[in-house]
Amino acid sequence: MMNQIVQGVLLGGYYALIACGLSFMFSVMRIINLAHGSLAVLSAFALWLLASRFHIPPFLGLLVVLPLMAVIGWALQRFLLERSARGGALLPILTTFGLAIVIDNVLFEQFGADTRSLAPFIGSLSYDSWEWPGSIYVGKLAVIIFIAAVLLLGGLQLFLTRTGLGRSIRATSEDPDTAGLVGVDARRANAVAAAIAMVTVGLAGAFLGMRATFDPYAGATQLLFAFEAAVIGGAGSLWGTLIGGIVLALAQTLGATVHPQGFLIGGHLAFLIVLFIRLYTSGLGLRGLLGLASGKAS
Amino acid sequence: MSAGVIERGTAASRIAGFGVAAIILLLAVAPQFLSAGAVDRMTALFIYVILAAMWNALAGFGGLVSVGQQVFFGLGAYFAIRLANAGLNPFVSLFVSAIIVGAVSWPISLFMLRLKNGEFAIGMWVIAALTHLLVNLDRLIQGETGTSLISLNVYDASMRRVTIYWLALGSMAALLAILFGLLRGSTGAAIRAIRDNEDAAASVGVRVTGTKRLLFVLAAFGIGVSGALWLATSITFQPKTYFSVQWTAYMIFMVLVGGIGTFEGAILGALIFFLIETWFGGAGVWYLIGLGATALVFSLLLPRGLWGTLEERFGWRLLPVGYRVRLAAAAVDPAGETASSAQTKTHREKA
Repeated sequence: MMNQIVQGVLLGGYYALIACGLSFMFSVMRIINLAHGSLAVLSAFALWLLASRFHIPPFLGLLVVLPLMAVIGWALQRFLLERSARGGALLPILTTFGLAIVIDNVLFEQFGADTRSLAPFIGSLSYDSWEWPGSIYVGKLAVIIFIAAVLLLGGLQLFLTRTGLGRSIRATSEDPDTAGLVGVDARRANAVAAAIAMVTVGLAGAFLGMRATFDPYAGATQLLFAFEAAVIGGAGSLWGTLIGGIVLALAQTLGATVHPQGFLIGGHLAFLIVLFIRLYTSGLGLRGLLGLASGKAS
Repeated sequence: MSAGVIERGTAASRIAGFGVAAIILLLAVAPQFLSAGAVDRMTALFIYVILAAMWNALAGFGGLVSVGQQVFFGLGAYFAIRLANAGLNPFVSLFVSAIIVGAVSWPISLFMLRLKNGEFAIGMWVIAALTHLLVNLDRLIQGETGTSLISLNVYDASMRRVTIYWLALGSMAALLAILFGLLRGSTGAAIRAIRDNEDAAASVGVRVTGTKRLLFVLAAFGIGVSGALWLATSITFQPKTYFSVQWTAYMIFMVLVGGIGTFEGAILGALIFFLIETWFGGAGVWYLIGLGATALVFSLLLPRGLWGTLEERFGWRLLPVGYRVRLAAAAVDPAGETASSAQTKTHREKA
């Protein structure tokens, strides 16, 4: 039992990692990027390609892939989201959904239906573990992922509160027009925010590839995990995302012990229950649910 | 300003009305002259029109973009299997199933309609994923292996094919008529008010949630009918195929290309999708890439879709659900550009 809780908490670190980009983009641009999961899978495939074709180990490959993801994020904001956001709140949903279909199927066209993993390229790290008191074995990789999530969330928090760029992103998310009046370049702030979000997505994709397998159509599942963790974590600081990820992972673990096919069902149910409670107790609308970093981070 | 005449149609729309009746009659007798394969394809087209019209009702008129509508498609097929297995006539079970889907969508709407925009979109996807997993647990379905609508096999193949064709045609005509009547009636004014500005609509006393709920349940019912009909044409039921997000992708493609928020646009989009599928469906993954890319390009460059753009440019109304003001004295430019501001307002109200 204790063992499962520990594993669940560590898995929650991964969910927090993949969720933080989604909630970050939502809090800044009010856009839910439906291509979020597909972009994470894209990053995993990029690392896989570097490792299998050019023998660049994944952790080194991140030095190539993460800047690439930042460029993709910047381009995504400049060429797709900025334009479609002008057409109302609904168009970005359709635009990013179209993008997700394109990414998924291009990956399928390039790499086929086989499931891949980055595990063979990280040596013994994929199966090494530490023994904790009470004969609990924790995977080194799971611990690394959890620490990475904590560092990333903390770093993002510091960036938003302590740096000029972070403050201009927060100002833009509060009110782009007023931010423009006081000299904040809202377009630039949004593009930077999208670039940062994509870096976190790239990192999440890397860990997805290392801890499990992935295939070209794995993006949808990752998107749902990210969304569920972000919503469960809900209002408050970025740290809420970490709690959301942990709750999601624990619910999945619990589901799996109840029924062999209960892993995903447990997660979905937890999401709906939290949503239900949230909607009927606080009466908060969408800002309350996903209103993360922006104002409350300070 | 001289007194204007409120009109609800144009000369073209009155001709179009007869045209629609003629087309439906022609389609009803068409199986006499079509090959078996062509009858099947036409049945698929009718199902696509239903899907497009229903998604459009939800997104284009209700302002509710859902990426989880496959839940109702899958449930329509699943309940039909369950009912037929319980001994109900398979053809009857197709429609009873859709009614159950509509009933199930009601409690879902109580919950989901409190979400907005992207959260509603992806929240519906979670519902679809969860429902898929739960259907898999049913022993009758045997997990992803799936099962078949066996009881349909007692009917002769050609008789079955034509019956399903007529059922699909009838369902399409009935659902389009319901939607048309809804949009033209007093609810239609409320629906368009919500589409254009939800807060403003609420402030003048439009029952926003009730109207949205009506559209949500109607869309669920219509998509449930499609799912059940699709099951009837293909016989086999594999949860993975029916609960695939691909169905919603098709709906989005059809509506975006045809023209979101226009009654005719969804039908045009379904027709275009049908032709593209017929010509390029064999291209496999490139076909899917093309669909996604086209949806992307339309949402960026032509968000009103083909029909919406044509309508705006030429003032076309074939199946008008809105109101037009025509001055008694002078004929008004259909595009409303030379009209006074008051007229422009009414003219620009899209049907």
